[in-house]
Amino acid sequence: MNDAVVAPTIEYGTLAPMLLVFGAAVVGVLVEAFAPRYLRKSIHVPLTLLSLAGAFALVILQVVKGAVPTAPVAMGAVAVDGPSLFIWGVILVLSFVCVLMINDEGHFVASAAAVPGSADEEEAEAAGGSHTEVYPLVLFAVGGMLLFPASHDLLTMFVGLEVMSLPLYLLCGLARRRRLLSQEASMKYFLLGAFSSAFFLYGTAMIYGYAGTVSFTGINKALATGSLLDPILLLGLSLLGVGLLFKIGAAPFQAWKPDVYQGAPTPITALMASGTLVAAVGALLRVFWVALGNMDWDWRPVMWAVAALTMVVGAILAITQTDIKRMLAYSSIAHAGFLLIGVMATFDKTAQNSKSLSAILFYLLVYSLATVGAFAVVTMVRDPGGEAGHLSRWAGLGKRAPILAGIFAFFLLAFAGIPLTSGFFGKYAVFAAALASGSEAGDSLGGWMTGLVVVGVIASAIAAFFYVRVIVLMFFSEPAADGPSIAVPSTGTVAVIAISLLVTVGVGLFPQPMLDLANQAASGLFIR
Amino acid sequence: MSPWLPILMAVPVLGAIVVALLPKGSDKLAKQVTLLVSLVVLVLTLVVAVQFKTGGPRFQFQAVYDWIPSFGVKFGVGVDGIALVLIALSAVLVPIVILASWHDADGTQSADGTLITPKRSVKTYFSLLLVLEAMMIGVFAATDIFLFYVFFEAMLIPMYFMIGSYGGAQRSYAAVKFLLYSLFGGLLMLVAVIALYVVAGKNTFMFPELVGAIQDPATQKWLFAGFFIAFAIKAPLWPVHTWLPDAAAQAPAGAAVLLVGVLDKVGTFGMLRFCLELFPDAAKAFTMPIVVLAVISIIYGAIVAIGQTDMKRLIAYTSISHFGFIVMGVFAMSQVSQSGAALYMVNHGFATGALFLAAGFLIARRGSPHIADYGGVQKVTPLLAGFFLIAGLAGLSLPGLSSFVSEFMVMIGTYTSTAFGSGALAVAAIVSALAVILAAVYILWMVQRTMNGPTAESVKAFKDLNVREIVVLAPLVALIIGFGFFPKPLLDVINPTVTQTLVNVKVDNPAIAEKGAGQ
Repeated sequence: MNDAVVAPTIEYGTLAPMLLVFGAAVVGVLVEAFAPRYLRKSIHVPLTLLSLAGAFALVILQVVKGAVPTAPVAMGAVAVDGPSLFIWGVILVLSFVCVLMINDEGHFVASAAAVPGSADEEEAEAAGGSHTEVYPLVLFAVGGMLLFPASHDLLTMFVGLEVMSLPLYLLCGLARRRRLLSQEASMKYFLLGAFSSAFFLYGTAMIYGYAGTVSFTGINKALATGSLLDPILLLGLSLLGVGLLFKIGAAPFQAWKPDVYQGAPTPITALMASGTLVAAVGALLRVFWVALGNMDWDWRPVMWAVAALTMVVGAILAITQTDIKRMLAYSSIAHAGFLLIGVMATFDKTAQNSKSLSAILFYLLVYSLATVGAFAVVTMVRDPGGEAGHLSRWAGLGKRAPILAGIFAFFLLAFAGIPLTSGFFGKYAVFAAALASGSEAGDSLGGWMTGLVVVGVIASAIAAFFYVRVIVLMFFSEPAADGPSIAVPSTGTVAVIAISLLVTVGVGLFPQPMLDLANQAASGLFIR
Repeated sequence: MSPWLPILMAVPVLGAIVVALLPKGSDKLAKQVTLLVSLVVLVLTLVVAVQFKTGGPRFQFQAVYDWIPSFGVKFGVGVDGIALVLIALSAVLVPIVILASWHDADGTQSADGTLITPKRSVKTYFSLLLVLEAMMIGVFAATDIFLFYVFFEAMLIPMYFMIGSYGGAQRSYAAVKFLLYSLFGGLLMLVAVIALYVVAGKNTFMFPELVGAIQDPATQKWLFAGFFIAFAIKAPLWPVHTWLPDAAAQAPAGAAVLLVGVLDKVGTFGMLRFCLELFPDAAKAFTMPIVVLAVISIIYGAIVAIGQTDMKRLIAYTSISHFGFIVMGVFAMSQVSQSGAALYMVNHGFATGALFLAAGFLIARRGSPHIADYGGVQKVTPLLAGFFLIAGLAGLSLPGLSSFVSEFMVMIGTYTSTAFGSGALAVAAIVSALAVILAAVYILWMVQRTMNGPTAESVKAFKDLNVREIVVLAPLVALIIGFGFFPKPLLDVINPTVTQTLVNVKVDNPAIAEKGAGQ
C-alpha cells in the first residue's frame, strides 16, 4: 500500500518575508484578544512596523545573497523571482509609510458598530475608543498584496486576491468623519469586488477546463500546443481579465475607484492607491505574460482598447471633479492606463521584454511613492469637520502654507510627468518600451502601438489640465477668509512626506540607480 | 571637456537656491543677490563668447557626462554660433529684466492710492527668474536631444508661476493657457524624440550622431511633424499662436520680455537645428506649406496688431508677425535667409524687449495697459517717450536699427533663394514685404495715440524715467543702434553654423560655391 502522505516541500527561507507578515498579523489578532485595551496600540504599532521592516530586510537579504530561485517554490504555488522581490520591496516600503500615517489620531472611527450620529457614537468618541484591529487587518492586506503578484497558479492567486481584498473592504468603512460616505464606499467596494472575484474564479475554472491545470507553467505549455480558438479558453481569458482589470481600476471597470477613494480613511486610500495597484499590476503581468503569453495575439488588441479607454476616461472625468480625493482617484485610473501601455509592450526577444518589464516596475515605484506623499498632504489640510476635501477649500493654500502647497504642487507635476520629476521618467520608460515594441518586426500591433502612445500623450495633456488647475487654485487664487487649517503634522506624516518627496526629487534628477535596480529585477523576467 | 557651459548653468541655480533660502524680510538683499548672480553669468558668457573660434569646429565648449545610461541619455552640452548668440541674448536680457522688475513684486499703488498689484513674495519671483535663466542657457546649450527636451518642458514651470502669481487680472487663465499649449506640443515632441531614438537604433540622443540617421522619407515626415508642431506652438506660428497675446499681456513686463524675447526663440532655434538637420527631406517636402503659414503669420499678426487697444497685446501680435519672418527665413533655406533669421532672433529679443519694458514703465505709471488711457505723454516725460519711440522704430525695422538688417536679409534671402528653383519663395518674400508698411501703421499709430496730441488729464502727474529705468533701457537701445550699424560680429559667429546646417540639409548653397570659386 502506498498511502503514506508525502509532506509538501516548503522553502521557508524564500517565503520568509511573506510568512513574517502573516505571522505578525496572526499575533496581532491574539493581541486584540488578550491584551488589555489601553495597551493594545502600544503593542500593535511596534509589532506592525517592525514586522514590515523585518520583511523588507529579508527581501533585501535575498537580493544581496543572490539567492533568487529559478523555479517556483512551495510545490509550484509561489514564484519568488526578480520582479516578485522588487514588487515585495516596493509594497513593504509603501505599507510601512502608510502605517506611519494610520498611526495618526483621528482617521478611524471610535466605534464602527455605532450608528452614525447616534448617542452611542458620541459616547464612544468621548470615551476615546478606537479600533486597534486596524493594524492586524492592514498586515493581512499587505500579506495578500505580497502573495497576489507572486503566486504561480490561479488558485493561489485567488487566495492572495481575497486575503488582500477582504481586510480592505472592512478598512474602507472605518473613517471617523463622514461615516455614511465611508460605509457606502465600503459596501460598494465589497459588492463590486465580490463580483470581480467571482469573475476571476469563473475564469480560473474555464482555463482549468481547457488546460487541465491551474499552474501558470502548465497553462503556458497547454497554450503552446493546443488550439487557441477554443471558446472555453477565450471565455476564461476574458473572465480572468475582467477580474484583474477591476483590481487596477481599468475602464470600463473603474467606477468603484472614485467612490471608494473618497469614502475610505485617507491612509487606507493611500495604501490602496499605491500597494493594491502595485500588487494588481504585478499579478496582471504574471497572468498575461507567463500564463497567457502564447496567445498575445488574442489579448493585446483588447488590451489596446482597454488601455486607451482607461487613459481617456481617467483624464477626462478627472477634470469635472470637485473633491481632491476623487480627483486623485481618477488620476490613478489614468495612470493605470499608462501602466497598461507598458503591459502591452511585449517582445519576442527576452532582452527587450525585460526592458519593458523594468519600465513598468520603475513606473510602479515612482508613481506609488508620489501617490502616498500626495495623500499624506491631503490628511493635513483640515476643516473643522475633517479633511478639507472640496477643491474650493484649497484656494490660496499657497499663501497660508507655502511649503506644504509647494510640495503638493511638486507631486502634481510628477503625476503630470513634467521633466525633472520622477513621474516624467516613469512615463518616458513605458512610452519608449511601447514604441520599441511597435517597431519590432512581426509585432502583431505594429503602428497601433505608436497610436496608443499618441493617445497616451493626449491623455497626459488633458490630465495636465486638472493637475495644473489645483496648482492654480493653490497659488493664483486668493485664500478664503475661513479657509482650512493646516494640521500640525505628526512625526509619522512628516516622515511619509519627506520620503516621498526625496524619492520624487531624487529620481527626477538622477534616475539611474533606481533604473539599475528595476533592470536587475527584470533581467531574468518571470519564472515560467 | 570644457567646464564653461556647466558652470554657466550651475551659477544661476546656486544663486536661486541662495535667494530662496534668504531669511524672511530680506527682500532688498534678495534683489541684490539676484542681480549680482545674473551679472556674473553675463561676464562668464562674455568670456565664453570671446573664446569662441568662428572658424573652429561647429560645437565648441563641449562637455558630455553620463546621465541615464539605461536610456542612452547623456548630459551633453556644447554651443554652435547660433546657440552662442542666443545664450548671450539671454545673459544680456536677464540682468536688464531683473532691474526692470525691481518693484514688480513689491505691490504698487497708483497716484490716488488704489492698489494696482498686491504685494507678493519677492524671493520667489527672483529665484524663479534665476532658475529660468539656467534653463534658458541649458536649452540652447544642450547637444543631447533628450536633455534639450527636458529643459524645453521644465522651463515652462518657472514661467508658469511667474505669469500666474505675478501677472495681471487674467493671469491664471493666461498661465494655464500658456502651459497647456506648450505642454501639448512638448508631449507630441516627446513621442517623436522616443521614436527618433528607437528608429535610429544608435542608443544615443546626441545630436551630432543622429544627423542623417533617419533615411526613410515617411518616417522623417512623421518625426518632423512631431518636432515641428511643438516648435510652431512655441514660436508661435499662426494658427497656434493664440496663447501668446494672453500670456504676454498678463505677464509682468519683465517676464514678458523673457517669454517673447528668449523662450519663444527656442521654437525657431529648434526648427533651424532639429527639424532641418535631422529630417532634411521632410523639411524640404514641407517647405511650401510652412512658408505659407509663416506669411499668414506675418500679415495676420501685423493686421491684428493694428486693431489692438492694449499695448502689451499689440506688442505680442507684432512679435507673431516677426516670428513669421524668422520661420520664413529658416525654411527659405538659403545662406542669407537663414543667417538673417538667426540674426533676427537676437535683434527681435533686444527690440521687443526694449518695447515691452518701455511700455511696462508707461503702464506702471498709470496702471492701465489701454492705449486710450494715454495721450500727450511726450510733453510730461520726454525721456520715456524718446526711448519708447526708438524701441518702436526698432520694432518696425527702421534702417539704421538692428532689426532692419535681419528683416532685410530674410526678405532678400527668401527672394533670391534657389533652393527650390521656383518663383514661389519670391512671391512669399514680396507678400511679406507688405508687413513693412503695416508695421509702420501699428507702431506709429500707437506712439501717436500715447505720446503725442493733447496731454491727457491722467498723465499730467507722471514722473519721467528714474535712474534705474534709464539703466534698463539705455543698454538695449545702445545694442539696437550698435548692431544696426555693425552687425558683423554677430554674423561672423552665425554664418559658419548656417553653412553647416545647409550642408546637412543638402541644399545647393551658392554662398559656398562662390567662396570656392574665389579661392
